[in-house]
Amino acid sequence: MAEEQTLKRAFAEAPPSVIERRGGRGGGRSLWVDALGASSILAILFALYLALIWAPTEAVMGDIQRLFYFHVAAAWLALGPSFGVVAACSVLYLWKKDLRFDRIASASAELGVMFTTITLVTGPIWARPIWGAYWTWDPRLTTTLVLWFIFVAYLMLRSAVDAGHKRARLSAVFGIVGWIDVPIVFMSIRWWRTIHPTVIASEGGGLAPDMRLTLFVAIGAFTLLYAYLLVVRVRQEDLATRLDRVRHQLYLR
Amino acid sequence: MSSSVARRTDLSPADASAAGHEDDAGKPRTGTTSAMRVRRLWKYYGHFPALRGLDLELERGRFLTVFGPNGAGKTTLIKVLSTQIKPSEGLVEVGGHDVVHAADRVRGQIGVISHNTYLYPSLTAFENLKFYGRMYGVGDLEERSRELLERVGLRGREDDRVSEYSRGMQQRLSIARALLHEPEIMFLDEPYTGLDQHASRMLRGVLASLHDGRRTIFMVTHNLEEGLEMCDEVAIQVAGRICYREPIDRVDREHFGDTYFECVGGGHKWDS
Amino acid sequence: MGFLGQAWTIAWKDILGELRTREMVFSMLLFGFLVILIFNFGIEPGLRDEALVKPGVLWSAFVFAGILGLNRSFSSEKENDCLQGLLLCPVDRAVIYLGKFLGNFVFVLAMSLAVLLFFSVLYNVDVIAVLPGLLAILGLATVGFSAVGTLFSAVSVGIKTRDVLLAILLFPVLVPVILAAAKSSAFVMNGEGLFAGGSWLAMLVVYDVVFLAVSVMLFDYVLEE
Repeated sequence: MAEEQTLKRAFAEAPPSVIERRGGRGGGRSLWVDALGASSILAILFALYLALIWAPTEAVMGDIQRLFYFHVAAAWLALGPSFGVVAACSVLYLWKKDLRFDRIASASAELGVMFTTITLVTGPIWARPIWGAYWTWDPRLTTTLVLWFIFVAYLMLRSAVDAGHKRARLSAVFGIVGWIDVPIVFMSIRWWRTIHPTVIASEGGGLAPDMRLTLFVAIGAFTLLYAYLLVVRVRQEDLATRLDRVRHQLYLR
Repeated sequence: MSSSVARRTDLSPADASAAGHEDDAGKPRTGTTSAMRVRRLWKYYGHFPALRGLDLELERGRFLTVFGPNGAGKTTLIKVLSTQIKPSEGLVEVGGHDVVHAADRVRGQIGVISHNTYLYPSLTAFENLKFYGRMYGVGDLEERSRELLERVGLRGREDDRVSEYSRGMQQRLSIARALLHEPEIMFLDEPYTGLDQHASRMLRGVLASLHDGRRTIFMVTHNLEEGLEMCDEVAIQVAGRICYREPIDRVDREHFGDTYFECVGGGHKWDS
Repeated sequence: MGFLGQAWTIAWKDILGELRTREMVFSMLLFGFLVILIFNFGIEPGLRDEALVKPGVLWSAFVFAGILGLNRSFSSEKENDCLQGLLLCPVDRAVIYLGKFLGNFVFVLAMSLAVLLFFSVLYNVDVIAVLPGLLAILGLATVGFSAVGTLFSAVSVGIKTRDVLLAILLFPVLVPVILAAAKSSAFVMNGEGLFAGGSWLAMLVVYDVVFLAVSVMLFDYVLEE
């Protein structure tokens, strides 16, 4: 009884901003999230089918080329949505000071690590049988490598600072600088490569239509997967935040 | 709990409206006699509320001492007032300017003395003063520095590095640093901490001379005797709120210790 | 006292403090020399005179020694909570950034000149012919390095794993600077002159301008509490 009173009073005393009134219910099952999850799984299965079975075998490279669809899809997801969301939410956080943006940025960075890792692993696996080298300093791949380091640095920075606005601010600053840096990195590596043309990875100037379709499906499937995982992760963090808040308010006198 | 202790600082009748304190150019409206106004100040560290809806007002020229146990949030309060930390919620105005939106204007009017000296150890005393003087835009800097060094009893040692100073000397120099730009509002955060007799006495002397009715002084301390000595008003802060506020002539000095412990000890249930 | 005057006051305060204690100066210098020495032993003797290797060695030494210098930039403010004292002054945060940047710039530049000298002796680089070009590149690279370095220094100031974290944050972002500096110095050291590597110089300039601007804008957010 006494504890209930304390809790009631604690909530009554706290200023409005402490008690999250907006959405972010977190937890609980939600229809649209489940639908998103189901559709992403279906999309991935469909993409797998297209890539591994339906698409024609590439004349020169053989079956190993089928990795290419997922390699490119992952690369696109890493550079586009993942990093884009990190940068956008960083700016939004600094502007609005809403920690929700920070949670979204953090989740997106985690997914960014995942997708860059996939890209960096599938790249060499695909490259080795074809060009005889694991690594070719290709501008796109090398930029992805630098991107991996930036994502990881972002997460390491976050792990070194206690949760709260300070962590959000510092990560946001780093996220923005990183995002501005990546195009410059890409440009400089591309210039660099034109001076040392040792092994140039030629990524099919023109793709056969069915290959192009497969690629688009793969990209679409990964995008759905990204969206689903992002939503789930952010809701998880929302819930953890609310739980934290309630826990601390129980200690209020 | 006796009624004399349970007094809180509510909105004073004189100013019912918290808003409308500054005009568009950020200048204080004429007729303001408050050196600082605090309304519903909340400060969160993570989820821990160091300040919980604190209200405070202090007239210009007054000397307020705030007592309180460790963890009451006294240092946090001073940091918010002196623009070192931003409030999570609430209105805070010092010298007629909002600490969040007009921080630079506030900074030009305040001087802060704390147990950290803010002095660069590898520079000499004189160089330290010249540095801060330039940052504050102090005119006749050399002359003013020498004057202040004399006042805090450090003349002759101005070309020694701060790293060679004793703790008491550093604190004295820090006071000189805080006074360089002739601030109208002084914040003192546990200034007597770690001071030897000589430095303590000197600090007391400086405070007495500062307490001239024009300058506002806000001091936070543990030390009941030193705190009560010179102030005009007394407050006690417990668990992020002010739970006692009286002008010094209404304070029973002999039994203030009891008052203090009642306030602090009853902190859990003070609003029951 | 204007904007620039105040920034220079801050920079001078840092430089003076550093010259007095000489803590960082010697360690940075020594470290820079050692890196060059170690690279020297790590690379096959026959290759040592290859034009390709020389710029790499120089710029690696530059980065590692430079990081040491950045580490001390805000740590000199930690004693006696001087950073707080500085923040209490009624100066624009951009001025503080500029002051810190200038201090770092002078510091890293001075150190890299010493390293360059050591390098030229060990690698038989004809310093006189090559000096103006290398100085220009050094200047531009140091601007970029210090711009981002100062910002990230402030980001990592309160953090326990500070030294390592600064390197982790900084290196990926510095890739274009290192590439551009190494490439353009290769042209210079081969006797082709500074403007043979003109596009790389342009890259450095673009990087400097962009990141100086971005850092100034973001610095406010880093320091607010």
